[in-house]
Amino acid sequence: MTTRIDARFAELAKQGRSAFVTFVMAGDPDPATSLDILKALPKAGADIIEIGMPFTDPMADGPSIQAAGLRALKGGMTLKKTLEMVRSFRKDDNATPLVLMGYYNPIYIYGVDKFLADAKAAGVDGLIIVDLPPEEDTELCLPAMKAGLNFIRLATPTTDDKRLPAVLANTSGFVYYVSITGITGAAAADATAVGEAVARIKRHTKLPVCVGFGIRTPEAARAIAESSSGAVVGTALVDALRGSLDAEGRATARTVPAVADLAAALAQGVRGAKQAAE
Amino acid sequence: MSPALPNSFRSGPDERGHFGIFGGRFVAETLMPLILDLEKAYAEAKADPAFQKEMDGHLKHYVGRPSPLYFAERLTEHLGGAKIYFKREELNHTGSHKVNNVLGQIMLARRMGKKRIIAETGAGQHGVATATLCARFGLECVVYMGAVDVARQQPNVIRMEMLGAKVVPVQSGARTLKDAMNDALRDWVTNVHDTFYCIGTVAGPHPYPMMVRDFQSIIGIETRQQLQEVEGRLPDSLVACIGGGSNAMGLFHPFLDDPSVEIFGVEAAGHGLTQLHAASIAGGRPGVLHGNRTYLLMDEDGQIQEAHSISAGLDYPGIGPEHAWLHETGRVNYLSATDEEALEAFQLLSRLEGIIPALEPAHAIAKVMELAPKRPRDHLMVVNLSGRGDKDVPQVGDILKGRNK
Repeated sequence: MTTRIDARFAELAKQGRSAFVTFVMAGDPDPATSLDILKALPKAGADIIEIGMPFTDPMADGPSIQAAGLRALKGGMTLKKTLEMVRSFRKDDNATPLVLMGYYNPIYIYGVDKFLADAKAAGVDGLIIVDLPPEEDTELCLPAMKAGLNFIRLATPTTDDKRLPAVLANTSGFVYYVSITGITGAAAADATAVGEAVARIKRHTKLPVCVGFGIRTPEAARAIAESSSGAVVGTALVDALRGSLDAEGRATARTVPAVADLAAALAQGVRGAKQAAE
Repeated sequence: MSPALPNSFRSGPDERGHFGIFGGRFVAETLMPLILDLEKAYAEAKADPAFQKEMDGHLKHYVGRPSPLYFAERLTEHLGGAKIYFKREELNHTGSHKVNNVLGQIMLARRMGKKRIIAETGAGQHGVATATLCARFGLECVVYMGAVDVARQQPNVIRMEMLGAKVVPVQSGARTLKDAMNDALRDWVTNVHDTFYCIGTVAGPHPYPMMVRDFQSIIGIETRQQLQEVEGRLPDSLVACIGGGSNAMGLFHPFLDDPSVEIFGVEAAGHGLTQLHAASIAGGRPGVLHGNRTYLLMDEDGQIQEAHSISAGLDYPGIGPEHAWLHETGRVNYLSATDEEALEAFQLLSRLEGIIPALEPAHAIAKVMELAPKRPRDHLMVVNLSGRGDKDVPQVGDILKGRNK
């Protein structure tokens, strides 16, 4: 099985650079603006896009992404509409990998088999589900693999060498290394420590290892890109979006450019990185 | 809906933490190694006679156990049916059953070398119990409490602070118990190296539902023995209120395999089941939140809904996974009582028995008022009086004053 994610990493390897991975919350602050942002991201230099599925109780997220999810829900976002958004995006872009990221309950309520079929048909390539560790693989991970979707696992500083094989066993697409113990948007990780952790994971897998949590600036993105297969930026983009909203929390003319401009600057950072150690 | 009945209702959970389809370990990877460590540490402690012995000593001399089993003579006369006994958990140190579980977890935390304790609280009873035992054992204590609950349960906030705990008002989401639990989990993910999360109810990822149940089972074990002493037999029915369901599980669990014992759990029906309420079994369906699969209040998209109850301790949109399973197997009957019914029971008990109950067990008393008159005089009914009402006096006083105007 080769997915758009595999194809993208193969292409990046040829170009000799790391990936720039962006996160946006589906439906934030409203479905139409959110789709426009999604469409602007590849042009701004995003190699892979993670799309947040809003959830009322995002227990691993910091205040920025919590608020983004609540704005989206307030704007009427649902999982069904998130899949519609993917379908719309795929009309003009059949190459950029899309990864849905979120929590299990909305998927469980949608129905696992129906969700996987609909997500695949819409053009989703992979899933990152924060509250499904390997111990719960029968819930969604194994069915997702069968349906032809990558199931991208989070590895963390608490995932030791003994546990890593279990975490990596059913992982595909790439490994997402959470660089800190903490929630999204918290303090940045030290690039040296990240490099060591990535090297440790690479001893156990041939998959690309992308790194996220705490990356906010082009400089930080470059440093992380130099020591990994890709840098993931979420909270900083969500904060840029929030900063562009009017007093009532509605999108303004500045909203799409605010996110796209920051993404472009971050992409320059990643592209300026020396080739990642492979 | 009727899975094959098990040989025993007391053998769960399985090694992956499941009670039927409920329970499990739905947590972020960062927490998974900690939960596995905890499971191992708890299994070792449970098998260590010295751990049990130390706990028994604290339960007797610090908590004040055993709590009395009291014949509620005037309530029995008033209702004119079943003979009603109260398991007096409100007489424990700190004023509720919560201390039984906290003691066990704090002793485990000490055994694991953890120096910092975090907890979530709704009514504040679990927070007060945690703050108390942290003071007793010299541990740092941080309690997450929804900002709405901080406002309506001020006496407990003051108590926690006097005991040296830091109370963090949670401003996210609905600003009640569910959000306090989210923020406690966020703290835990951030401070994994030195922090022990002391969960207050029979919910959360495995092993918490099992461990909290075990620590609370002292309630049912004592009840069994005490009733044997005074009546020479088993009870005919048990009644307890349910938010997450720890006081109920503690009373019920030792009796689950006695088929003659009818068991009733009482959820909070708030303004009524067709309006805002907190009755997850009556008004919810299975979903995944806070580390386990269980009955939850949610919308069609799987978004968690805000619960409502007059009682902050029951104001949670879920229920412990073992209760979900006991509901599906039919072993326990789950009923619900409204805010209004609980208020009435609160006043009745205060005047008839000289016991001001917490609003939480007032929900159980409300259903006793319905169940007892329909049963014969030789029917023995045990109600868990899980907490005392001091913390609710200002709130109930205001409500009643408002009505008398």
